[in-house]
Amino acid sequence: MAASGAKYGIMTSHFYWVGAMPAMVFVGLFMMPFYYGSRARSVPEYLKLRFDEKTRALNAITFAVMTIFSSGISMYALAKLFELVLGWSFHGSIVLSAVIVLIYIFLGGLTSAIYNEVLQFFLIVLGFLPLVLLGLKDVGGWSGLTAKLATVATNAGFEPGAWTHSWKYMDSPSHNPMGMEWFGLVMGLGFALSFGYWCTDFLVVQRAMAAGSMTAARRTPLIAAVPKMLMPALVILPGMLAIGLHAARGGFLPIGADGEPNYNLAIPMMLGHYLPSGLLGLGLTALMASFMSGMAGNVTAFNSVWTYDIYQTHIRPGQTDAHYLRVGHAATVFGIIASVLAAYSATRFNNILDMLQLVFSFVNGPLFATFLLGMFWRRTTSHGAFYGLLTGTITAALHYGLTISRGAVPGIKGGFLGAVLHTYPSEMALNFWTALFAWTGCFVATLLISLFTTRTKTDEELRGLVYSLTPRIQEGSMPWYKRPVTLAVGILVVSTLLNVIFW
Amino acid sequence: MRLDVRWPIGGMFTITGGLLVVYGLFSDRAMYEKSLGINVNLWWGLVLLVFGLVMLAFAVRAMRPRPPGQDPRPPVV
Repeated sequence: MAASGAKYGIMTSHFYWVGAMPAMVFVGLFMMPFYYGSRARSVPEYLKLRFDEKTRALNAITFAVMTIFSSGISMYALAKLFELVLGWSFHGSIVLSAVIVLIYIFLGGLTSAIYNEVLQFFLIVLGFLPLVLLGLKDVGGWSGLTAKLATVATNAGFEPGAWTHSWKYMDSPSHNPMGMEWFGLVMGLGFALSFGYWCTDFLVVQRAMAAGSMTAARRTPLIAAVPKMLMPALVILPGMLAIGLHAARGGFLPIGADGEPNYNLAIPMMLGHYLPSGLLGLGLTALMASFMSGMAGNVTAFNSVWTYDIYQTHIRPGQTDAHYLRVGHAATVFGIIASVLAAYSATRFNNILDMLQLVFSFVNGPLFATFLLGMFWRRTTSHGAFYGLLTGTITAALHYGLTISRGAVPGIKGGFLGAVLHTYPSEMALNFWTALFAWTGCFVATLLISLFTTRTKTDEELRGLVYSLTPRIQEGSMPWYKRPVTLAVGILVVSTLLNVIFW
Repeated sequence: MRLDVRWPIGGMFTITGGLLVVYGLFSDRAMYEKSLGINVNLWWGLVLLVFGLVMLAFAVRAMRPRPPGQDPRPPVV
């Protein structure tokens, strides 16, 4: 996120204020009842209950691939940190981070993961805050930062405010560093990517299982959205400070092989620059904690989806629990090895968030269309869902294969199908549009196929899985300030305010 | 019974904060040139210390027996 703060400026906050927060409100108000009501243990399992086994298998596979890439990207970031701090080679650092995560996962269970997450949250807040305060003081407050970033913007050929206004320059892709206009951003990031990501987030489903009541389950994502509103100050601001100081004084960020600064190192470089030994340790620990939680969460998700949704269902059903536990451990080791490979492919991207969103656009974009139709239209059939999902993923691949971002070489960064039909101004713009194409492809295909195929599930079987067949929730006895709706409205009001302030 | 999450949080930040305060008191002033002349170890250590102690205080308070007739509060986390 800090890397994007440097590369794209305050527009990165859209990931929170346009993306995550409305999506989490939607999850809390509309999706949680289905998860809680169906008691599904994972997203693929919900798809099995709503549709059939083949839809579940397809989603389990794409989901597994996504978790591997996500954890590989965190591993890359952690290894880069070791490389910088300990002075080890990148290869040695990768091995070190792989071993640390392996130990971490084998020692902990779900309970320890929840404790860790709370600890890590406070660690990240209290570790990064002094860095942000010192950086802001050094640069001369918000006005000083605006002045420095104006230089960055004009050097890159934009209006002076392009790094410090989140909406003002969104009228045309050529006016802002992200290369997006408002429609693509709201639909691609806000709608397809963020809703797809948060509505099908592994942790969300697990929380629903752990919650004591329907209201508690619905309130969880809403409460989690509150700190998310303020995260931009901690994770995006350091990146903006780094690029501002880089432009003003030079030499702040190392220059990569392609002649562009390596944005991924924004926070480590800032830590080394401002914090003396002592507090530096806390800052580095906070940074490590954020990467570790990302990696461990994804490898654990991979492990359970593989063991439960693929192995137990399709490869060897009916074995003992001990057998599945062993398979789970093997899956963890395999997941970490695969993450190492993904970490090496991350070295091709100067901003790891670009790569992460690329993977999400393939997986979450189409999936959200399936969920939307499945949850709100009972006529959606199993065949429709399966082939729709497949069409969506293929649409994403076709779109990615036929377009490219400016200045990129055809290959892993798009355009691998030979002909390049369109060139996007930035990698992020390419990702958003890929997600939007994938969503549309899946939506249209699911709709059409559903109309021409017959339903395999009766209304009775779909009770608790489809909106119109789920009993309305009664919350009349609850005081108004405890109702999820109140919380949801509050969150939306604050995020709108934030958008207006940083317009 | 589940462990109150405020114990580990309070304990960790009390110890870290205490260490930073002591280090801040006895370390060389020249080291703080990079942090704009501010003894960040001392000051931020104090912040962490206070935060940790507040968390511990809450954890202790939650352990006290409650007067009868009052609903027990749901566990944190």
